[in-house]
Amino acid sequence: MTGSYAELARALLPEAGLMAGALLILGIDLVWLRTRSSTLRLRVAAGIAAMAVMAAMVAVWLGAGAGPVAGGALVLDSLAVAARLGVLGLTLFTLGVATGAPAPRHPAEYVAIMLFATAGFTLMGAAHQLLIAFLALELASLSLYVLAGFDKTCPESAEAALKYFLVGGMSSAFLLFGFSLIYGATGSIELPEIAAVLGRQASSPLLEVALVMILVSFGFKVAAVPFHLWAPDAYAGAPTPSAALIASGSKLAGFVLFARLLWPALGRAVGVAAAPRGGRDWLLAVVLMAGASLLLGNVAALVQRNLRRLLAYSAIAHAGALLLGVLALGGSGPAPLFYYAATYGLAALGVFGVIAGVERVGGCARIEDLAGLHRRSPLLAACLLIFVLSLAGIPPLAGFFGKLSVFMAALQLDGLAGPVGWLAVLAILLSVVALYYYLIVLKQALVAAPAPRTPRIAVPLPAALALAGAAALLVLLGVFPSLVLARF
Amino acid sequence: MSLLPWTIYLSFAGALVVLVAGTRSAAAARWLALATTAGGWGVTLLAGLSFRSAPGLQTLVDVRWIPELGVRYHLAADGISLTLVVLTGLAATAGVLFSWNVAERAGEFLALYLALVGGVYGVFLSADALLFLVFYELAIVPKYFLIARWGSTRREYGAMKLVLYSFAGSALVLTGILWAQAAGGGHGFALADLARGGFTPAQQRAMFALVFLGFAVLAGLFPFHTWAPTGHVAAPTPASMLLAGVVMKLGAYGCLRVALPLFPAGFAFWQPVIAWLAVAGVVVAGLAALVQEDFKFVIGYSSVSHMGFVLLGLAAANARAVSGAVLQMFSHGVIAGLLFAVVGRMVYDRTHTRRLADLRARPLHRWLPFAAVTFVVAGLASMGMPGFSGFPAELTILIGVWPVSRTWAVAAVAGVLIAAAFTLRAIQLAFFGQTGAMGANPPDDGGDRALRPLPPITWPERVGALLLLAATVLVGLKPDLLLNWIVPSLQSPLLQTALRGGAP
Amino acid sequence: MNTPSALTLLVFVPWIGAGLAAVLPARHSRVVSLGLSLSTLVLGLSLLAVCPGPAPAAGLTLEEKIAWLPALRISYHLGVDGLSLLLVLLTGVIGPMSLLASWSLERGGRLLRALLLLAQGSALGVFVAQDFFLWFLFWELSLVPVYFLIKLWGGPGAERAAYQFVIYTVGGSAFLLLGFAAIYAAAGTMDFAELRLLANGTLTDKLGPAGATLVFLGVFLGFAVKVPLYPFHTWLPPAYAEAPTGVAMFLSAVMAKMGVYGFLRVLWPLFPDQLQAASGVLLWLALAGAVGGALAAVAQTDLKRMLAYASLTHVSYCLLALFAVTGFAGLRGERALAAGVAALDGAMLQMFNHGLAAAALFFLAGVLEARAGGRRTLADFGGVRAASPVLAGLCGVALFSSLGLPGLNGFVSEFLIFRGVFGLAPGTAAAGCLALLVTAVFLLTFYQRVFHGPPTPATAAFRDLSGREVATVAVAVVLMFVVGVYPQPLVGLVNGLASLWAAPLGLPFVPVS
Repeated sequence: MTGSYAELARALLPEAGLMAGALLILGIDLVWLRTRSSTLRLRVAAGIAAMAVMAAMVAVWLGAGAGPVAGGALVLDSLAVAARLGVLGLTLFTLGVATGAPAPRHPAEYVAIMLFATAGFTLMGAAHQLLIAFLALELASLSLYVLAGFDKTCPESAEAALKYFLVGGMSSAFLLFGFSLIYGATGSIELPEIAAVLGRQASSPLLEVALVMILVSFGFKVAAVPFHLWAPDAYAGAPTPSAALIASGSKLAGFVLFARLLWPALGRAVGVAAAPRGGRDWLLAVVLMAGASLLLGNVAALVQRNLRRLLAYSAIAHAGALLLGVLALGGSGPAPLFYYAATYGLAALGVFGVIAGVERVGGCARIEDLAGLHRRSPLLAACLLIFVLSLAGIPPLAGFFGKLSVFMAALQLDGLAGPVGWLAVLAILLSVVALYYYLIVLKQALVAAPAPRTPRIAVPLPAALALAGAAALLVLLGVFPSLVLARF
Repeated sequence: MSLLPWTIYLSFAGALVVLVAGTRSAAAARWLALATTAGGWGVTLLAGLSFRSAPGLQTLVDVRWIPELGVRYHLAADGISLTLVVLTGLAATAGVLFSWNVAERAGEFLALYLALVGGVYGVFLSADALLFLVFYELAIVPKYFLIARWGSTRREYGAMKLVLYSFAGSALVLTGILWAQAAGGGHGFALADLARGGFTPAQQRAMFALVFLGFAVLAGLFPFHTWAPTGHVAAPTPASMLLAGVVMKLGAYGCLRVALPLFPAGFAFWQPVIAWLAVAGVVVAGLAALVQEDFKFVIGYSSVSHMGFVLLGLAAANARAVSGAVLQMFSHGVIAGLLFAVVGRMVYDRTHTRRLADLRARPLHRWLPFAAVTFVVAGLASMGMPGFSGFPAELTILIGVWPVSRTWAVAAVAGVLIAAAFTLRAIQLAFFGQTGAMGANPPDDGGDRALRPLPPITWPERVGALLLLAATVLVGLKPDLLLNWIVPSLQSPLLQTALRGGAP
Repeated sequence: MNTPSALTLLVFVPWIGAGLAAVLPARHSRVVSLGLSLSTLVLGLSLLAVCPGPAPAAGLTLEEKIAWLPALRISYHLGVDGLSLLLVLLTGVIGPMSLLASWSLERGGRLLRALLLLAQGSALGVFVAQDFFLWFLFWELSLVPVYFLIKLWGGPGAERAAYQFVIYTVGGSAFLLLGFAAIYAAAGTMDFAELRLLANGTLTDKLGPAGATLVFLGVFLGFAVKVPLYPFHTWLPPAYAEAPTGVAMFLSAVMAKMGVYGFLRVLWPLFPDQLQAASGVLLWLALAGAVGGALAAVAQTDLKRMLAYASLTHVSYCLLALFAVTGFAGLRGERALAAGVAALDGAMLQMFNHGLAAAALFFLAGVLEARAGGRRTLADFGGVRAASPVLAGLCGVALFSSLGLPGLNGFVSEFLIFRGVFGLAPGTAAAGCLALLVTAVFLLTFYQRVFHGPPTPATAAFRDLSGREVATVAVAVVLMFVVGVYPQPLVGLVNGLASLWAAPLGLPFVPVS
């Protein structure tokens, strides 16, 4: 392994900053804030975390364009930079959402673990080597398991965490097994070298098994059918900011990582790419996963009465569409995938943010709990409108252009001659079904009258800023998608 | 002409301003909304006065927007767009006048209304297929909230059905357009570029089917029209006026502007099917209107029947029939506005019943003479009575359809007769239910509390009604005011190819 | 003449009158409306004086033509010839009569007068317009005031009668419209004069033989419903019976003539060959209308329904004459020509005469009904002559005019018609005489049952006609006498047209290619 430690350190400055921030939070909380209220502790922690995140963003920005680093262990091409900035941005908004939610029992630890998870995400964005990829994934996943189970007073939270952990652990095992098989087959753990070796030799049974393993793990990670069963429980049980992070940052980082695994030689060199590893075999498997996710996600969401479960199934459906973006990467580059994943994450965490705000004054499990939101808090209602419409894919919000770019990329592969094109058509048609259940949510929030004796909701300033900022960003990116799309 | 994009910007800006103003005072919101819509209409009329006909679209704005996707912000207009934006301005202004009595959350209502109007202007002025769809889908969400919050009969169901059908239609169109763009070599989405795509006949047939069907759903093509009566009845009056009057025309316009020029061979293939479905719509919807018990449903079905005429005109695929179809779009837009205004605002808001049997017991022609006269005139116009805008439109369509197929022409004429029957029935039952009321022995109507005379017609209602009446009479007596805009636009190369591809 | 003047005034002054009648207070509105209605007669007479008597061979004596919709080649084209002028004069007489008949209405009088004037203006427009777009405007618009007049002031069955009337007529008009849409699609013009020039076979060529037949049927249907021709007549008895007096007068006297006018002005000149081919059947239909109408009238006990069927009979005579001329397939020459001219003269004169008689009879039946407190069956009356001799006298004159007593105007027109039809289709004429006979039966029955015989207690108390009531029918009755003795001016008005139209009968037979 060539390359200097200095280079590596520079590349890892964002992660270092995040770690430092986490430790700082733990330290300050331990020393000074033990006797204070949870809300204050949460705010201080979130404030420090926000500063750490912003410092990390600056570090990413300054280190952009460096290309492969540390002998190919990491890569800082445009996709990596975008992914890292995206993840950091999503975390920033999640921190804002967290201040709006009811404070957990150990706020400092909560925020610190969030930062750990974020560090894992940023590393996933830049990983270019199998071990680093696994390491980053584990860092992120373990943090997320803890975050999911953080609310010890709520049995659903514990159940969610347990299911998430078991399933996630199994998926990590599959992934590691797959990686070792690849190492066995190619003799390298660096992605470009693996690609080169596979380009020279034909597919073998070993490689096929490895591919299956990786796909299974991928499916678990992003909650694609048939590996989705953890998602509804996790979304329903986890504390709201954790669910927000799972829905946003985890998705973005996961898709970027697996896209890199499946499509080597990304970044500026897209278009030169060889066929994906193992030939086009994995294409069909992913197509099936995507189609099943789209169908199951949309249909199951229709019958949900629990708001969070509805969001979980809609996340499954969106995962299906994002898989389309992965499939189309070879032809059109990572821009559509990234744009869609980032804006989806933003919108999803926004919805969780609104839920968090409503939870301050009472439960928010069923859809009817949102009733009369336009009277109880016009800000939350307006933000919810933008977030849900972006999820539904209504122009001129970012969600529409995300879907549009992914569908266009899919259709440009083969038109309607290949399965990918038909998948795009299926996705477009299912968006009508999706609009139905999204409108049900909006109907409760914006049309229905509030239940008697429900109090008005006061949203704390940081949370309000975060939600409004997220909504504004969705509108901005919707009206000017080139701001993002041109970066690739 | 170059001022036309301001109609879009003015409407959206107005929506925001009205939303804010509405939190203080409903009256301020109303006047601002009226100023916005009247201003937009004024812009369209100015454009109309300075319009010089030329075949083909005249570009208004053309800038890069999303180069990575090949989408440009490209606005353009020709005589057909001009006709329809003038209609939009008129219908919007009248709609605001008829919403003067909306008390609950007037600011939000008017803001949603103006957003819808802005979206509609955008559709009529788009020359880039994707921009077209963006405006089209943008208009969908205000529709939902307008109906679900302020509507009447089964409003949530009606709103959801209307919105889902519209969105399904736009999903089909999106599929077709994306496919066309991909198959055509991945150039931009500009209509002119897509039309150069060079698709195989099989591709054209499939793409045309997708795109046309998607638009035709919004235009109320039989048998995909069932959302229209339910949705329009559920909607509050100003929304019904705009929805039935203008938004349904978005579908027909989409067929004319996008589906026909882009896929002429596909059009030629599907032409008979479309014509038969259109004729079926005219007749079936007319017959349905004949048996309705709810006054507003009569008007709802009559809208579907009239749109069937428009689609028949488009399907006949010659310049005359298509110009008649566009004229009918304008004419029906005005007439539907009048009809819904009378039924919803003048009658229902006062009597709180729309059942014809109930209205029959009330001597409405004496209590609401202005409403009675307005409805009679609107009904005559709807029947195609000469002197009003429906007549030249239907005549032109018949002139265009006859050389193509006599059967369709005869069936269409049957539709005219059915329209006369149901309109007359509605007039008779609603306003003149008491026979011989002027005769020797008028029925006694004093003393019964339920039959006490009603609040008079307010000035905004009068102004709105008079604007619409004047428009239908003006176009009825001098249809060449609009035909001089429409007919040259049909000489554009794109449309000529479509019409030739479809001519027998 | 290309400036809008006399003819435009003729048509639009009644409409202006309608507007004034609606807004002025009641006492003024009555006088103003009557005055403006009379303007038609004044203008018509002045046109008669100004224009040369017999119409020249080439059509209209007075024309106005302005470009209206140049892009569509549609112009604002009005014109009169002898036939139009005859009908204008008829309308000029009947219009004021209708207004006078409705003079004493309390409820909604202003609206009624406005609607009657609207109807008058529309009827004049139909008789004078020479371009289909304009003509159809007046044709359809005439339905609107009549519908409301029947519906709002009519009897107990008025709603259904009015609805049926409008739907039938609009139905027919819809096919008429389609026909002209097809004509425009083929020929590019809707002007009657221009189309007449194309009728020598060019029009049929442009439409295609099947198309021409279909168009002919459509146009035919529109007029057949209006006249009405049997079997499209079922709307007529209820409408005439339920309508208030003034409206029934206008309907039977003027509106029915619009249909016959349509046959003469539009259908025959444009589709001579198709009409000739169909005339065999149509002749029988006209005969059925004449005879059937008479037989049905005999069976009626309601006075107004009896008069309605009588109206059907008399209008069917006009069509009988027309179809006899158009369907003539025998030996052509001088005798056929003379018969044809007589038939057409008679038909056109009959339009005028029947108008007078029908208006007078409906008015007097209305008087009887009013005197009897709303009852109008034959059994309710008897011996009215004793109580109201003037009423009996005037009614008698009208009845005998309708019957065709020599010395009155009805005789002249019926004689001409039958003389012509005997020369062209003797069998049909003979059968038609049956109708004359049956008409005599029921008219005399009417007179005998109502005016003679023992008076009932109610009828003994009948007041005689007031001055206003006499004034209403006076002009009509005087004209009945005058035209009966001196029909030359009126016949001279239309004779030129009749000769022109019947001319093919005098020529050697040319096979239709």
